[in-house]
Amino acid sequence: MSLIAFLGAIELGFIYGLVALGIFISFRILDFPDLTVDGSFPLGAAVSAALIVAGWDPYLSTMIAITAGCTAGLITAWLNVKMKILNLLASILTMIALYSINLRIMGRPNVALITEETILTPFTDLADMLEIRSYILMPIVFFIFAVIVKYALDWFLASQVGLAMRATGANSKMARANGIFDGRMILLGMAMANGLVAFAGALFAQSQGSADVTMGVGVIVIGLASVIGGEALLTPRTITRATLACILGSIVYWLAVSLALNADFIGLEAQDLKLVTAILVALALILPGSRFAKFIRKGVKS
Amino acid sequence: MIVCENLRITFNKGTVMETKALCGLDLTVPKGQFVSVIGSNGSGKSTAQNAIAGELPLDEGRIIVNDIDISKWPAPKRAGLVARVFQDPLAGSCENLTIEENMSLAYMRGRRRGLGRSVPKSARDEFREKLSRLGLGLENRLGDLMGLLSGGQRQAVSLLMASLQPSSVLMLDEHTSALDPRIAAFVMELTRDIVAENNLTAIMVTHSMRQALDYGERTVMLHGGRVVLDVSGTEREGLGVPDLIQMFERTHGEELSDDSLLLG
Repeated sequence: MSLIAFLGAIELGFIYGLVALGIFISFRILDFPDLTVDGSFPLGAAVSAALIVAGWDPYLSTMIAITAGCTAGLITAWLNVKMKILNLLASILTMIALYSINLRIMGRPNVALITEETILTPFTDLADMLEIRSYILMPIVFFIFAVIVKYALDWFLASQVGLAMRATGANSKMARANGIFDGRMILLGMAMANGLVAFAGALFAQSQGSADVTMGVGVIVIGLASVIGGEALLTPRTITRATLACILGSIVYWLAVSLALNADFIGLEAQDLKLVTAILVALALILPGSRFAKFIRKGVKS
Repeated sequence: MIVCENLRITFNKGTVMETKALCGLDLTVPKGQFVSVIGSNGSGKSTAQNAIAGELPLDEGRIIVNDIDISKWPAPKRAGLVARVFQDPLAGSCENLTIEENMSLAYMRGRRRGLGRSVPKSARDEFREKLSRLGLGLENRLGDLMGLLSGGQRQAVSLLMASLQPSSVLMLDEHTSALDPRIAAFVMELTRDIVAENNLTAIMVTHSMRQALDYGERTVMLHGGRVVLDVSGTEREGLGVPDLIQMFERTHGEELSDDSLLLG
């Protein structure tokens, strides 16, 4: 594997680390199997790309993209909490609706951002100034994004509201008996989760130079692979360790994918990404201990 | 003080599965009274507790706590007035949270939760002090996960949790029935002490007639979703299990068939 491929994998690892943190909130904290992310990831990309191309400030565009993601999460949570639709089904409904909405937002299947000024432009300028390649600097930039988000999430989950959210997912009847409005906690947590995923989508589009309507396919599987892979590596006993595991799992996942695609003797190419993803997840399911298997079954059952 | 007026709940209304769980239940418990509630399976004991806690909507009737009509309040809002201990030791706490986090959840019952730290330092000292009275050594295990404790330990902690904040009504739903006899006795003594110390208004549902007569100052029997027997004061003193059965059969003209009520 070349240095460029290696650093590219690290960069993707940190971006998708945000997706893993979002999925950690929905699947782990709230025990809510949420497929909305397959729609909110491209939603973040579409909103930020469409606004940037239309001449909006890239920071404001990214903020709006995050808000759009939060709204998507709120809709899923609302369908579940207020309309009493099964959580998994509610998330599938939002996901499928977002496919059309993303096409509407962009007006076409993809939007190029290569020539536009994005929130990453200052960093590429900085790289030019320091006379280093931007592919060396970018992993550092995304590392900082991921660390900030991780610590913010740790801080939130250690607050009274954060604890109430954790109780809601762990034992909702007990939570209600202790005065926690569990419905509100699900609304808040799902908004946070999908806001994070949309943020990752916006960063991904700006880093890769385009937004594409199909880029959300399989995000949920990648995110789950990261969450569970990370847990297998770190066996988290505390929240701070669990969030660290999400990011670590994401990096390991992308390194594994990069290795598979770059090993010439296997003959895999970029279009085989989803196949490799599926095989990696299948392997995780089959491997000894198979925590993954239990987790997936539990997720589908609830 | 809690007043239940003509509580009615029917499950699966209009279907072949229709079950009348509560059929006009009336119960008034004055402030500071400890009432034990007995009744066979299907008599409406648990339904009544869930209705008071707000987990089940009423078809008819009113629930009034401290002169406030809470019939339409959602469960979390009622939690400020009503504290609960569940039958299942696993139901009253979160096994994936630590002991102090669980206690902290209960510590904030009825209060506004913000972005302050989940376990404030001042609260931690209070938790330690409360736990030490159990004599189980839990005061040194505040950071342990709740799931590591035995059923009896969890139930004892649940009881402490329910008394961390003042409540207008404490509801105990067969909270010792899942424990072995020795631990059950320990939890019952703890219940008696906590209720007395805090002068709590308590409604304890139990499956055991013996327990119902031994604890509290008033015993109520439910049958078919309403109160069929209500003894307190001198009438209750010296009453044994056979007397209770006789009283039931006399007032109701029906034979008590549920053997489980006779046990213990």
